[in-house]
Amino acid sequence: MTNQSEERPVHEAASYGDTSRKRFIGWLLGTSAGAFLGAVFYPVVRYLMPPPAAESAASTVTLAIRPEDITANTAEIFKFGSRAGILVRTPSGELRAFSAICTHLSCIVQYRPDLGHIWCACHNGHFDLNGRNISGPPPAPLEAFTVNVREDQIVVSKGD
Amino acid sequence: MRRRGPLGRLLVWLDDRLGLADLGKLAVKKEVPVHKHTLWYYLGGMTLFLFLVQVATGILLVFYYRPSAEHAYESIQFLMAEVEFGWLIRSIHAWSANLMIFTAFLHLFSVLLLKAYRGPREITWLSGVMLLGVAMGFGFTGYLLPWSELSYFATRVGTEMAGAVPLVGSFVGRMLKGGDEVSGATLTRFYAFHIWILPAACFLLVAVHLFLVQKHGMSVPPDVERSGGAKGHMPFFPSFLLRDLVGWLSVLAILAALAAYFPTELGEKADPFAPAPAGIKPEWYFMFMFQTLKYLPAHILGIEGEVVGIIGFTVAGVLLLLVPFLDRRVSGREDSRLFTWIGIGVILYILLLTYLGYTADPTI
Repeated sequence: MTNQSEERPVHEAASYGDTSRKRFIGWLLGTSAGAFLGAVFYPVVRYLMPPPAAESAASTVTLAIRPEDITANTAEIFKFGSRAGILVRTPSGELRAFSAICTHLSCIVQYRPDLGHIWCACHNGHFDLNGRNISGPPPAPLEAFTVNVREDQIVVSKGD
Repeated sequence: MRRRGPLGRLLVWLDDRLGLADLGKLAVKKEVPVHKHTLWYYLGGMTLFLFLVQVATGILLVFYYRPSAEHAYESIQFLMAEVEFGWLIRSIHAWSANLMIFTAFLHLFSVLLLKAYRGPREITWLSGVMLLGVAMGFGFTGYLLPWSELSYFATRVGTEMAGAVPLVGSFVGRMLKGGDEVSGATLTRFYAFHIWILPAACFLLVAVHLFLVQKHGMSVPPDVERSGGAKGHMPFFPSFLLRDLVGWLSVLAILAALAAYFPTELGEKADPFAPAPAGIKPEWYFMFMFQTLKYLPAHILGIEGEVVGIIGFTVAGVLLLLVPFLDRRVSGREDSRLFTWIGIGVILYILLLTYLGYTADPTI
């Protein structure tokens, strides 16, 4: 813009084809800038996403607790792979196991002997001894596991 | 700026290169209107002062803190018990964080009720609401860093809430947690957010916010304008700044007293395989949301209750951000009672739910 006379010939030369040429240059710069930003930010976003953790292959776990160590109307938290489970001995003496992760906002639940059922302290969610959500905000029941007692070992397994 | 002596010559030399005289002129020109609501002008500066306290104490804490699940809790135990004045630095950091969020909330509500967001200050408002968001992000990420039982479960709940947002939730949840569960990876990430990303965002936003406050000057509330304008003006330098200074020194004294009489506790170390303790609660400024989630039923119109709550909070946040664009009356210099009442309603809701959060029996 400092020298108008130098500017003019460019203008005149561009006057017959300038809109399409300008549009082409604009498109070229725009896509280059877009590709550049994509090439920078795609790896960054992928980098920030953690790689998927190997799913715990174990569908069965043998607990470190012996059957006689857990008395009626109490419960123990155990590790099921990388997740927490809860083993409950009901007041009638039966052993039951569930996922200990509350279905509301994934706090670890606990057994309330005074209520005789499972309770989550975070948002006051209640589950009965079948793992069903009976009161409070939890939207779904706790996942139930199968409990087998083999001699003096407790074996908990997932699903059927 | 033409002075004699070596100091004078140095000043002249610097002025020729830096333009100090222009800055001086700017400072002399800046004025603050004086009227019955002038007191509220001090809250922004107070929040900024507390932020600077956070920067200073935060840098000091980094000297001893070790960001890993194995060492974080122990490093803070060491800091509190062995390091000279470690308890003081950490307690001031924690108390100042709370006071900063408190003054930021007061600042927000005073600006809301005094309609200081009206044009041409919309972007000042936007940057301010974003700064409050950043401050809450600081609180959320900083709370986990000691790796204590309470902070562990608060983070499980908080990241799970972020993960329950429709569409982007699972991406955001994994991005925050650094995996499927809150773990050592989450701690490292939160540390990165807390000491790098959020401070960078905060400095940028504060720069925009302060530039705009400088550019537009202080807003005079509509009711003062209608009743004939401000009584007068005081120069920012030195009159307003000296009053600011009185406030900052007072708040520093309050911080020292709070840190000395109520040093921050550490609690139990986090154990991912222990039940959430009864009476678990988040920091007070998240309490109204936490308590709201407790009262929502499992399903509302077939949608999970917490999803409804989280969508509600998100919508409320977006509406808050858009207040200057929604309140068309005030931009036409009219009385906008509706927004005053909505503001008062929001304040009462937050106060009530926070009160219930601390008094309602958590075990029934």
